[in-house]
Amino acid sequence: MKAIDPHIHMISRTTDDYMRMTISGIHTVAEPAFWAGFDRASADCFRDYFHQLTVVEPARAARFGIKHYCWLGLNSKESENLTLADEVLAIIPEFIDRPNVLGFGEIGLNKNSKNEMAVLERQLAMAAARNDLVLVHTPHLEDKLKGTRMIMDMIRNEPRLDPSRVLIDHAEEHTIAEIKDRGFWFGMTLYPNSKGSPERAIDAVEIYGSERLCINSSGDWSVSDPLSILKCANEMRRRGHGEAAVNQVFYENPKSFMGQCPKFVAN
Amino acid sequence: MSAPYGPMRAIDILDLYFIENRSRIMDIASFLDRIDRYEGADEAKADFRYQAFLQILDITRDTPRDRAKAVQVALSDPTTEPLDSALGMKAYGAWKGAAK
Ligand SMILES: [Zn+2]
Repeated sequence: MKAIDPHIHMISRTTDDYMRMTISGIHTVAEPAFWAGFDRASADCFRDYFHQLTVVEPARAARFGIKHYCWLGLNSKESENLTLADEVLAIIPEFIDRPNVLGFGEIGLNKNSKNEMAVLERQLAMAAARNDLVLVHTPHLEDKLKGTRMIMDMIRNEPRLDPSRVLIDHAEEHTIAEIKDRGFWFGMTLYPNSKGSPERAIDAVEIYGSERLCINSSGDWSVSDPLSILKCANEMRRRGHGEAAVNQVFYENPKSFMGQCPKFVAN
Repeated sequence: MSAPYGPMRAIDILDLYFIENRSRIMDIASFLDRIDRYEGADEAKADFRYQAFLQILDITRDTPRDRAKAVQVALSDPTTEPLDSALGMKAYGAWKGAAK
């Protein structure tokens, strides 16, 4: 099968991972800008990071026949520092029109703080002014429900943002219905032993339907699996879902969402 | 089992997932035993995470449907106001404010 991973942090993965992905049918990926596992020292670090996401990583991916797209923004974990946020937001316009950039992401909330909200609001306004797509990171664990609701309220307060051009990621059982009801796309993330599993992701497909759903590995520098979307596709298959339905979830859906950006062409 | 040749029935689901979920229950039972066995068990059992854990075990058993959602909601921060600052804050997997 062919599949698209719409949320994977390839800069943390090895060339072995690229090889395993490409021979398994993952020929298109998108990488949101996120926290590096440590707080960066200055805005210059983000300049390097955005260069890596827009120049270095697509070239590395291309050697394996994989198309690499990315999303730019300041993640919520580093948004508590408003001085840093000012400086990082100021350099985004230098990079946002590069050929592999799909829009703003992953922007969102982490602990649902006032500063996180202020920085998110500014980035939503930047995306709205450019009519860019948005990929939203929702908080993890006990903060997810509250944060998801706060984020959706903020987006609805920005009338220039069309929910069908926004994907709210890391959705789980308690947030999916509210996200779908408001017209957003929703993402489900597969983590090997901490949060979402393939079984629960396919339960959501069965309960809520596959419309406006993208499933991703969020493969990064922590425990994660760059082939997890294929394992999830197999979970769907072994429950008796047909190939067309599997293809819809793991290839056509991410292609439809990201294809709203004219730069995006799926392999 | 009918899949992949036709739609599955509930008994097929039981058949497919019983052993692995039996194993998960064994992991949970031995996790609770492990806490009991180590020094300071009373302190650990008073922790908000342990209390939340007991609560979601009850929810899992007693909720007639949509158990996964009910567990998620029980572990969530129910407040609606933003935090003044996120400095030094992290997520625990259960809401600390629920602790009495
Ligand atoms: Zn991510």
